Amino acid sequence: MFEIVEKRELAHRVCLFRIRAPLIARKRRAGQFIILRINEHGERIPLTIADSDSEEGTITIIVQEVGKTTSVLCSLKAGDRLLDVVGPLGKPTHIENYGTAVCVGGGIGCAVTYPIAKALKETGTHVISIMGARTKNLLILEEEMRSVSDELFIATDDGSYGHHGFVTAVLEELIGEGRKIDVVIAVGPVPMMKAVSSVTRTNGIYTMASLNPIMVDGTGMCGACRVTVDGQTKFVCVDGPEFDAHQVDFDELIRRNRTYLKEERIAMEELTYHEGPRCYEKKGV
Amino acid sequence: MDPKERMKIPRQPMPEQDPKERVSNFYEVPHGYTPELAMEEAKRCIQCKKPLCVAGCPVNIDIPWFIRLVAEGKFVEAARKIKETNGLPAVCGRVCPQEDQCEKVCVIAKKVEPVAIGRLERFVADYEREHDEVTIPDIPPWTGKKVAIIGSGPAGLTVAGDLVKKGHRVTIFEALHKPGGVLVYGIPEFRLPKKIVEAEVDYLRRMGVEIECNAVIGKLETVDELLSNGYDAVFIGTGAGLPYFMNIPGENLVGVYSANEFLTRINLMRAYLFPEYDTPVLKGKRVVVVGGGNTAMDAARTAIRLCPEEVKIVYRRSREEMPARIEEIHHGEEEGIKFELLTNPLRFIGDEEGRLRAAECIRMELGEPDESGRRRPVPMKGSEFTIDCDVAIIAIGNGPNPLIPHTTPELKLTKWGNIVVDQETGRTSKKGVFAGGDIVRGGSTVILAMGDGRTAANSIHEYLTTGKW
Repeated sequence: MFEIVEKRELAHRVCLFRIRAPLIARKRRAGQFIILRINEHGERIPLTIADSDSEEGTITIIVQEVGKTTSVLCSLKAGDRLLDVVGPLGKPTHIENYGTAVCVGGGIGCAVTYPIAKALKETGTHVISIMGARTKNLLILEEEMRSVSDELFIATDDGSYGHHGFVTAVLEELIGEGRKIDVVIAVGPVPMMKAVSSVTRTNGIYTMASLNPIMVDGTGMCGACRVTVDGQTKFVCVDGPEFDAHQVDFDELIRRNRTYLKEERIAMEELTYHEGPRCYEKKGV
Repeated sequence: MDPKERMKIPRQPMPEQDPKERVSNFYEVPHGYTPELAMEEAKRCIQCKKPLCVAGCPVNIDIPWFIRLVAEGKFVEAARKIKETNGLPAVCGRVCPQEDQCEKVCVIAKKVEPVAIGRLERFVADYEREHDEVTIPDIPPWTGKKVAIIGSGPAGLTVAGDLVKKGHRVTIFEALHKPGGVLVYGIPEFRLPKKIVEAEVDYLRRMGVEIECNAVIGKLETVDELLSNGYDAVFIGTGAGLPYFMNIPGENLVGVYSANEFLTRINLMRAYLFPEYDTPVLKGKRVVVVGGGNTAMDAARTAIRLCPEEVKIVYRRSREEMPARIEEIHHGEEEGIKFELLTNPLRFIGDEEGRLRAAECIRMELGEPDESGRRRPVPMKGSEFTIDCDVAIIAIGNGPNPLIPHTTPELKLTKWGNIVVDQETGRTSKKGVFAGGDIVRGGSTVILAMGDGRTAANSIHEYLTTGKW
């Protein structure tokens, strides 16, 4: 069992958890992820390790409520325990002094760009971060990102904070100013990564994307997470999660991530149905 | 009774669930022998002086001896006799291909049907467990040696049982959240109930075997770290954990699964009980399973229990070449699975949302024998046709999982990525490291993995005692 030692709400329906997992905390490097299962009936879901503390023996994950499992997870509190946590999975990000790197994080994707930006910063790379969110109160990790970035830009779709518009507009502006950019790391919703990739492709900037497909075992055994990269099938869990964004078939990934839309809806309906009466009991009615 | 009289007794059938009933549930298909049926069947064994069946068994169970005990009604003693050489009789009695091993060489098979050795093995193991007669053997004092076992499938469980009985301290590292490996994620409930695997694992725990789940060796710790952190030897039994695909167009459409994924969702994650369990699976209206082995049969028989309109096995050779057990093919047919033999998929066709709609296939004919000795299937030009389907399951085999080989550079590998071992000892090219099962063999059987485990355990014990490599 893996104890939650801290829970914090970072934004509307976005929670941060610090979980006691000393072995994983000791080994984990930027870019890697875990798979967790909350309880005996639970599914296995992959989540990026946003941070870790090897002395304290904890790892940090950031979760957005999007379906049943993430909703149940976000209802847990410090002191609760998760049944299974396995990791660190996937290949770590290749970290070196790239010169100048732009880290683009969209929404919850900042949970992934943060550890990468932090690791890059430690190599002496000049880190430019672009953070995007639909609206101001959905933005997460701003302070953390600021602390590991040489320059930080923020974009919101509704203009409630920072630039009004998408992260790609900020990126295009930087490129337009003639800034020398050696590498771009893009993490966020698949359409965002696809858009960033298409901007950098035209400008010939090497771009890495951290992919977030459906997974089951996370060790290469099932192939649920397969994606097409440069015409070849790759397993994100063992070959990734990061790939050359210009070679990734993002449209296929979007379609595959929609495999269980109907089932996800059923699971959510079940959850709200069951939660009703249970709350009733608690109130002693 | 003289041998002639014994051979007059017909082979006793094993009662089983009616196909119409079982096709909509996941309960085990055969009910197993009753004590009366078991004793009657056991009488058929003529107690050969030089029994061929023992040599036909990869772990050399003293078959005539245990069968004699069954005939005498001494079921618990019979189970203990088997357990001297086989730690997992309830599993082997169910999933071993006895028709190719012990029963194939049974002397009476020359004249009548062979003794139903597998059914008897299963019966006594179940009898011992259900009557709470399982006893823990005396464990000798600790030798001071520690062994790490990677993977809790049939090979790893066998090594663990053998070594703990010799007084070594044993820890099994399992990547998934439940121990058992392919016995848990791969073989379906209706063929091997999970409570049986749990009981076997529990037996090992009671003998002192430690099992660490959620431990992916190669990521959490490497083999080298295990060796430098106090383990005197390491056994690698990580299995055939890398599914092969066909590399044909449309294979990444929504609805195309590897057999591993489909079976894992259902067996390990219990997707057939969704939404009571959280893991979903696409049930499909028309299901195509590609392949002709036991995994293909497991996938097809699992798929049909989710109540689709149709399940078809597409296999490129003819029925004679199908590697699946005859019993499994027979069970599948009874359950309504259809066979498109001498047929091979060319591509999968999807709709605008990227969901599978059909498989374009081509008819095959058999040409000259290939290197496996089987006649090579050759496509027949112009015979292309499509099969409507919304779920396709690829069951054409597995490769070795690369996680350990990639993080253990000193291990010598074959060109397919399997670990090279000395067959007599299970020793790899790296000192103190042994391997067995599918990571060495490629896709094989539970019992051969257990045989490898036995070999490796003896050799590990020798290495730990003598220090000689």
